[in-house]
Amino acid sequence: MNLMFSSGPSLPNRLALALLLSVSLIVFDHKFDGFGTTRVYLNSLVSPLQYLANLPGQLLNASASRFVSHERLFNDNAKLTHDAMLMNAQLQRLTFLREENDRLRSLLNSPVQDNTRKVVAELMAVDNNPYSHQIVINKGAINGVFEGQPVLDDKGIVGQIMQVSSTNSRVLLIADVTHAIPVRVARNNVRLVVSGSGSLNELIIQHVAHSSDLKVGDVLLSSGLGNVYPEGYPVATITSIIRDESRPFAQVRAKPIAQLDRLKYLLLLWSERTLEEAPKTEVTGK
Amino acid sequence: MSIRHYAIALSIVIALVLQIMPMPAIADLYRPDWVLLVLSYWALALPNKVNVGVAFITGLILDILLGTSMGVHSFAMCLCIYVLATNYKRLRNYSVWQQSIIIGVIAALYNSVIFWLQHLITDIYFLFDYLWPVASSMVIWPWLFWLLRKIRRQLRLH
Repeated sequence: MNLMFSSGPSLPNRLALALLLSVSLIVFDHKFDGFGTTRVYLNSLVSPLQYLANLPGQLLNASASRFVSHERLFNDNAKLTHDAMLMNAQLQRLTFLREENDRLRSLLNSPVQDNTRKVVAELMAVDNNPYSHQIVINKGAINGVFEGQPVLDDKGIVGQIMQVSSTNSRVLLIADVTHAIPVRVARNNVRLVVSGSGSLNELIIQHVAHSSDLKVGDVLLSSGLGNVYPEGYPVATITSIIRDESRPFAQVRAKPIAQLDRLKYLLLLWSERTLEEAPKTEVTGK
Repeated sequence: MSIRHYAIALSIVIALVLQIMPMPAIADLYRPDWVLLVLSYWALALPNKVNVGVAFITGLILDILLGTSMGVHSFAMCLCIYVLATNYKRLRNYSVWQQSIIIGVIAALYNSVIFWLQHLITDIYFLFDYLWPVASSMVIWPWLFWLLRKIRRQLRLH
């Protein structure tokens, strides 16, 4: 006679029920993608916990920025003014070059490149789930973020939006094992597919013929094929090529250009195409 | 009313926050399974209040927080808490160091079940780094046990 579990089903039955429910949830979620919209609400429901977990780091940052010395601020300001000056000088050239490029493209009857809208997002949390590389950012559905949206940092491509909740969203990094991105080599336009390796600073390039013209140090740019990432943003640099003729393909490894382990500010991109597709969602540009 | 009614829930919420708190990449590797540890304590101390049902719900919240497929963490959590809840009488009589070893075994089971389920879903491969939480959970257990027992006795939860 076990009085401890007198109410409700017995413990083994509870276990059987819970395991059965878990397995059916896994199948429902993974195979049929059954939580597409529910997950938005579920994510919004638990987001207070995420904000709570983020609080100590934020407080630390806030106190650190409060106690910055006058001299440091002065130096930073001088450096930033200097940088802005140089950037502006380059920007003058850029508008001229872009106009020229558009003119040449229209002469060649190829489509003129899209203008993109950008929004700065801030990193909220890094998942400690060792099996996948995801981060949470502080922009969500109310900012017009959508699933599959490209995310960049100041160096290169970081990943794409995987799940959206109302005030924050989850980004799948390019280093995740389930992620792959079409690229081309900047030097000679060889097209490749870069997939994640599960380690933050290594990417794998699969199915490369032994004869393909690749060198260590080649920069890989997003090719725009696949319609997720816009064309021409840096993704990775090739770090090693092993041409072992006994294997069907060369083994090529690359290192992401974006610093995936020290992300802080991120850029969300809206291309003209996605803006036209979703005119209802309000986009707040910065 | 009083904190007595919320103490268990509050401790689980704190464990969830500790589980997802952003940490530097080096420390992240050794993060103990906070949620599993706290649930283990309650399952040993008050198996009539905390058992498979609570483990299932907490596991689901963990799934949402960590962005894994729904059901992965709840599966592993239910299994581990079941093992503890069925053997609570024996485990209570062990010294805290012996318990720590048992917790290590349970944490190893927990991590390998999660790895195995994730392996079925996506093709991840095994790294020994994935087992560091087992070691850190074993180290944390005596201190967590002492703290939670103190809280439980103070609030007279039984």
